[in-house]
Amino acid sequence: MTYLARSPWVIHYDASSCNGCDIEVLACLTPLYDIERFGIINTGNPKHADVFLVTGSINEQNKEVIKNIYNQIPEPKVVVAIGICATSGGVFRECYNVMGGIDTMIPVDVYVPGCAARPEMIIDGVVKALGILEEKWAKMEAGKK
Amino acid sequence: MNLNIITGIIFLILAPLIGGLIAGADRIVTARMQGRVGPPLLQPFYDVSKLFEKETMVVTTTQYVYVVAYIVFIAFTGALFFSGGDILLVVFALTLAHVFLIMGAYASRSPYSVIGAERELIMLMAFEPAIILCAAGMYLVSKSFFVRDIISYNGAIILLIPGLFFAFLYVFTMKLRKSPFDISTSHHAHQELIKGLTTDFSGSVLGITEIAHWYETVFLLGFIYLFFAFNPVIGIIALIVIYLLEIYIDNVSARVRWSFALKSAWIITAVLGIVNIGILFFRWW
Amino acid sequence: MELLIFLILFPALAGLLVLLLPKDFLHGAVVKCSALIVAIVSVVLFAAEWNKGIQIYSLASEPTGQLIFLIELLIAIFLLYIGIKNRQYLVIGLVIVQTALVIWLEMAHPVSEITKNLFVDELTLIMALIVGVIGGLIAIYATGYMREYHLQHKEARDRRPLFFCLILVFLSAMFGLIFSNNLVWIFFFWEVTTLCSFLLIGYSGTEDAKKNAFSALWMNLLGGLGFVIALIALTFIKGSSFELMTLITTGPAIALIPAVLIGFAGLTKSAQLPFSSWLLGAMVAPTPVSALLHSSTMVKAGVYIIVRFAPVFEHTYAGYAIALVGAVTFLIASMIAISQSNAKRVLAYSTVANLGLIIACAGIGTYEAMWAAIFLIIFHAIAKSLLFLCVGTAEHSLNSRDIEDMDGLVLKMPKVAGMILIGIAGMFLAPFGMLMSKYATMRAFLDTPGGFLLILILAFGSAVTVFFWSKWMGKIISVPPSSGETIEKRVSISEWAALYSLSALTIVVCFLIPVISSVIVERFLKTTYGMTTSLPFENVVIMILMLVLVLILPLTFLHYRKDKKHTGPYMCGRPVNDAYAFEGSLGIRRELVISNYYLDSWFGEAKLVPVGCAAGVVLILISFAAMLIGGVIL
Ligand code: SF4
Repeated sequence: MTYLARSPWVIHYDASSCNGCDIEVLACLTPLYDIERFGIINTGNPKHADVFLVTGSINEQNKEVIKNIYNQIPEPKVVVAIGICATSGGVFRECYNVMGGIDTMIPVDVYVPGCAARPEMIIDGVVKALGILEEKWAKMEAGKK
Repeated sequence: MNLNIITGIIFLILAPLIGGLIAGADRIVTARMQGRVGPPLLQPFYDVSKLFEKETMVVTTTQYVYVVAYIVFIAFTGALFFSGGDILLVVFALTLAHVFLIMGAYASRSPYSVIGAERELIMLMAFEPAIILCAAGMYLVSKSFFVRDIISYNGAIILLIPGLFFAFLYVFTMKLRKSPFDISTSHHAHQELIKGLTTDFSGSVLGITEIAHWYETVFLLGFIYLFFAFNPVIGIIALIVIYLLEIYIDNVSARVRWSFALKSAWIITAVLGIVNIGILFFRWW
Repeated sequence: MELLIFLILFPALAGLLVLLLPKDFLHGAVVKCSALIVAIVSVVLFAAEWNKGIQIYSLASEPTGQLIFLIELLIAIFLLYIGIKNRQYLVIGLVIVQTALVIWLEMAHPVSEITKNLFVDELTLIMALIVGVIGGLIAIYATGYMREYHLQHKEARDRRPLFFCLILVFLSAMFGLIFSNNLVWIFFFWEVTTLCSFLLIGYSGTEDAKKNAFSALWMNLLGGLGFVIALIALTFIKGSSFELMTLITTGPAIALIPAVLIGFAGLTKSAQLPFSSWLLGAMVAPTPVSALLHSSTMVKAGVYIIVRFAPVFEHTYAGYAIALVGAVTFLIASMIAISQSNAKRVLAYSTVANLGLIIACAGIGTYEAMWAAIFLIIFHAIAKSLLFLCVGTAEHSLNSRDIEDMDGLVLKMPKVAGMILIGIAGMFLAPFGMLMSKYATMRAFLDTPGGFLLILILAFGSAVTVFFWSKWMGKIISVPPSSGETIEKRVSISEWAALYSLSALTIVVCFLIPVISSVIVERFLKTTYGMTTSLPFENVVIMILMLVLVLILPLTFLHYRKDKKHTGPYMCGRPVNDAYAFEGSLGIRRELVISNYYLDSWFGEAKLVPVGCAAGVVLILISFAAMLIGGVIL
């Protein structure tokens, strides 16, 4: 087991969310859920992060931004799409400016559906992502050798 | 050479452990103050170990050089201090180390790093007079710049230079990067500056910065201990109380602007410095 | 003694030769050769004399004294002519008063009986090395620099022969100033340096240059007036002497009045507050002039003379007042340097500040303070001339003196950038010389009751220094994208020669601190004070250890070269293209401009200069008052 799972630092990006999911993400930091118990920190900086939490769907304005942030997260990294908007575009899917879920732009590892996604679900999603993170790390190490 | 190399080496080995534990305890106490459970005590070690497992991205390769230089000189500073060396050289080495860190931030050229670097320089400017005057005050008391002589001075240094001690305490917060003076970078997720100084550090570069910070914390606590060196028990208690006080201040205060930080630090240092150094000068002559 | 006379006469004669040679014929070669000879001879002189202690040489005052008097009159007439032509009434007035006093002195009190006219001791030797070696290197640099200068500054008339003539004559005057034991001679050479400085500042002939040249002239003439009054005072004070080395051993009761008056002259020459403005104005001159006259040698003449009189100042109120002038200048000038973005002005303010620090040491006058002062002189001369020359070279390639334009210099001009970094590190970072001298300064201040305010000022001043140097370094090393080719190719060989030598000196001399201390400085202190000091051995070891670390750490760069993934800097997710632009809304691209902090509302010139000048005036008046009370009533 690696230390990745013990100290997953997240970056949270609000793509075009209605803010519902964002509030829930931030709720995870509050005393009630206190994700710092698991060593999770919201860094706000891709270069420090391991887990990329995205809420909302992709549109013209944010597609480059998402790609840019994703590229600036050092390997290994996982992407968690939070809320149904991030998963598939949700109710905005048919909008003229919406291109769909996050996976239209970057590879997504875990989908956390819900409108809005509940904090428990988000935490669950992140924990699931940690398993994938470890796998990726193992692959990375194997690649090095 | 009267340097006690052994204690210096002990510092080099133990300081990261102690510093990490302090950081862990700090996070737990902070969490409790906020009504949370908080991370495990060893969390800082997990964090740093993880950082070394990750890929390191750099904006320019020179970043690495600066950060390595930073940790080397921070460790050097502490080792020199704990082996009883010259306190002024210790202060100079500390400045050198910080200049390297700041260069690391400048090198990346992201607006956030650069603003962090400039603010860190302002903090350095606010911090320096106080620590230099403390060294001066200790010299006036013990007639020596050497830490080993200061520590064996029989008398309560704190009672002779209380003014300088308070001035130092005021700027101590800046060095710990705690609120209200965490304007160049911060341990918490304040997002207006991203991470300031360390924005463009990642992976092992960031890990090194963290370890260097532990070294620094232990060194600074050692510096404070000098004021209380006449009685180890009182000294340790004082360190704990002071650190808890810092955590408390961190949690109850909001970040200030650089101008307030600089102005207040200078005014406090100047006023307390003049009074305290003046008293020392005229006691002896 | 032959070497001394050679050093005093040779450069001036070489200068005249340059002036007389036909146009563009062998000028560069003559200047380079004579500069090289001067440098070598000063090293030879050092090798021959370093272990001999004070050597006083007899030389008949007579034809020389009359010749000097004659030249003085010629200079006065020349200045009068220039002053009248340009309607500079202040200059005219000062020249008339000064000349009248000189004539009176010469008529009423001919000092022909003085025979011990030349001398050498350890301090002289150090100064001679600075003037000879650093001065020589700068002269060599200037040959390459001036060619480029005239290509870029079409507005300036090409009077290069005159330029090099003045530089060489100036070197002569500096040697004369430090080798003379006769105060009248010292005064003469002092005035010659003023004249050279005046002419060189005005070299380009633009309005700006003229204005600044005259402001430098009147301030230095004012100092010269103080010098003359000191000489006149000497004729009235019983037991005094016109011989420098005799005078300083007579103690404050006799020597204080001339010491303070000459010290005042030193303050003007070293551009201390309230006289700092002339040095800033002098930055319009070509950069080698700034390096030679206005940072490493001529302004050092001011501190040199004060350092000479330091034993007289020890434990006197007048000495403290002078020390405070220096200390206040150190603090205020360092603060103002924060607000400057013109590289030469930053260097100028830093020069003023460091001279202030040296004067603070000299005013305190204890043996520890002297140790610090001498090392400050050495290291400042080396590092600052290096910096000036680097800025001059960079300026020609970038067409700008602005620090903001040095963004990413490390890619554009890697070697020059490296040298600037060495120079800056030499000015304020730990294992390098200036900081070790500051260490000694601090100890000196703490060991004397007069150090009370000085130590506070020093603590704040040092902190401020860190700020403006670091941000400059940061600007240089920040790496912009798409750098392209380096633009260093145009730099001439003579410039490289000087730059490399000075960079090497900056580092090597740090390693030599213990040697210089024990071989030269401590001997000097022993003879002057009977006591001596040095860095504790342990600290020397630590310092060298740090120095080695700083030198080998850049090698880690090689280790990290490979397989690191590079990304752009973090710009809040807004995509960055190669030109470091933000991709704004609606496809508008916004260039990223990063600028340093200048904190102008705090440290601006407009705010601090008046404060500093007022403090300077008050302190100088206090020193005069203390001199009169101490010298006349008691
Ligand atoms: S999933 Fe629902 S709550 Fe979340 S961003 Fe979309 S609309 Fe808002």
